[in-house]
Amino acid sequence: MFEGVVFRLIVRRVLLGLVTLFLVSVVVFVATQYLPGDAAQAVLGRSATPERLEALRTQLSLDDPAPVQYWRWLTGLLSGDAGVSLANQKPIIPQVMPRVANSFTLLAITVIVAVPVAIAAGILAAVRKDSGADATMTVAALGLAAAPEFVIAIGLIAMFSTVVFHWLPPVSMVPPNSSVFTRPAILVLPVLTLALVVFPYIFRMIRASMIEVLESDYMEMGRLKGLRRRRLVLVHALPNALGPTLQVIALTFAYLAGGVVIVEYIFGFPGIGQGLINAVTARDIPVIQLTVLLLATFYVTVNLIADLVTVLVTPKLRTGTWHR
Amino acid sequence: MASLSGSRTGLATVGIACVGFVAFLALAGPFLSPYSPEEFVGAPFQPPGGTLWLGADALGRDALSRVLSGGYRTLGLAAVATVLGVAAGALLGMAAGFLKGTADEAIMRLLDVALAFPQMIFALLFLSILGSDPWLVVLVVAAVHAPQVARVARAGTLRVAGEDFVRHAEAIGTPPLRILLREILPNISVPLLVELGLRYTYSIALIAGLSFLGLGQQPPTPDWGLMINENRIGMGSNPWPVLAPVILIVLLTIGVNLVTDALARRSGATAAETSR
Repeated sequence: MFEGVVFRLIVRRVLLGLVTLFLVSVVVFVATQYLPGDAAQAVLGRSATPERLEALRTQLSLDDPAPVQYWRWLTGLLSGDAGVSLANQKPIIPQVMPRVANSFTLLAITVIVAVPVAIAAGILAAVRKDSGADATMTVAALGLAAAPEFVIAIGLIAMFSTVVFHWLPPVSMVPPNSSVFTRPAILVLPVLTLALVVFPYIFRMIRASMIEVLESDYMEMGRLKGLRRRRLVLVHALPNALGPTLQVIALTFAYLAGGVVIVEYIFGFPGIGQGLINAVTARDIPVIQLTVLLLATFYVTVNLIADLVTVLVTPKLRTGTWHR
Repeated sequence: MASLSGSRTGLATVGIACVGFVAFLALAGPFLSPYSPEEFVGAPFQPPGGTLWLGADALGRDALSRVLSGGYRTLGLAAVATVLGVAAGALLGMAAGFLKGTADEAIMRLLDVALAFPQMIFALLFLSILGSDPWLVVLVVAAVHAPQVARVARAGTLRVAGEDFVRHAEAIGTPPLRILLREILPNISVPLLVELGLRYTYSIALIAGLSFLGLGQQPPTPDWGLMINENRIGMGSNPWPVLAPVILIVLLTIGVNLVTDALARRSGATAAETSR
């Protein structure tokens, strides 16, 4: 009975996610294929000859009815064929996949670096609530949360690569087809930028929930029993404060699906975001379609996982008295 | 606790000062700038000196004049986009919360599709296809904000809709739009004002970011986001054409955040937990 409720909730949420993804693919397709009137004209510009326009229209299969085009595009994607890039006439998937791997590396390192630091800082601020350290970190978090990513990135470049020190490379270029790990130094500034972007959200959430837990009766009980402070905070308080924070962590990384675009562009990091900007500049529509769809899929999936984790760690929601 | 709330008020004052300073520079800037923003007055990336207080930019134009002339567009476009987005979101959210049932489901599910795109990706997708006229940037940024605002407005409306004064208005046959605007809107105005403040900083970040990526203002227009991108290769020789707009954007967004934060705390809501 109890399991059944959770199961139904999860199935419902996953189905909703799939419907959302389907609608997202329709939006992406319609937006890229139809909005300017003639995609072929938009790609080739005003000076295009009628013959070239006609050739491109055939290549984009613009002359077929819309549902036919959409169906061909979607089934192609699902079978691993996204067509060829308009910029270099080569298949798209082998061009995009290494970029996906690079961006994923960037995000993974950011998670490994940022999450423990933000959690530790949040615990420290909560335990020493209203101290100088707490006030400093809280104001710093407010400032970081307000600053746009590209401003943080430029600030770091000015600090560590150009104006003040010259310790790190200001751009993260690698020779084509080589791993970003060949020069680990190029990862430092992009990771640091993304870490500073996500830090304030995780920090504030863990601080707020730790303060709430620390003021609860069972913490008072523990103190009266004479438990040691370290054990009290890390073993008894932290697990209870981590629950609500998990969702914020997941949402923050979903947000990074947008944040990587600007950060990769600034550092010239060969990831999916830089690939998207290149495709936008070249009006390479098939690449834009695939990249946007991949990023949106990542975003929807991470949000879905965040919801499911929340359901699983919150006893109140498991009882089925909760809707939507 | 008393000292903390005292410092909060202090932070709000700092916020107002930051916003006032940047707004003054942006609005009065075009009249104060010593040169025309498109006039060539020095060597590329010439360091500060003489009459060029902040030196020259990548093409040898006066960096100070370009900073002073480049703010009001970003600030103005962000303001229009934010007001449009919050208004549209508030209307949709109130309608969903008030009408309930199928209309509610339909509106919110449709908005969920827009929410399935990361903001920057949504903006890039449409602007790369439609072009980057200022009014298109405004519309796309407004469309980015509307779904999130709609969620806030819907939650507020659900809280208010069962109250006696709303049911009274319904009972005497007040038209629904009038109920939304006259009965419900005044009661959810504080969370909406908090949204307005938060969304304004996101609008500035998004519009400046789009210019930075080449999808907003086009050269040779003086624009803060564009300036940062045009001049970053010369940061070693003259960092000011990059640092000046960076500092102003940071002052503005932090200032607006501090003011919004104070407003949110006063009303008991927590701006910190509102998602982008």
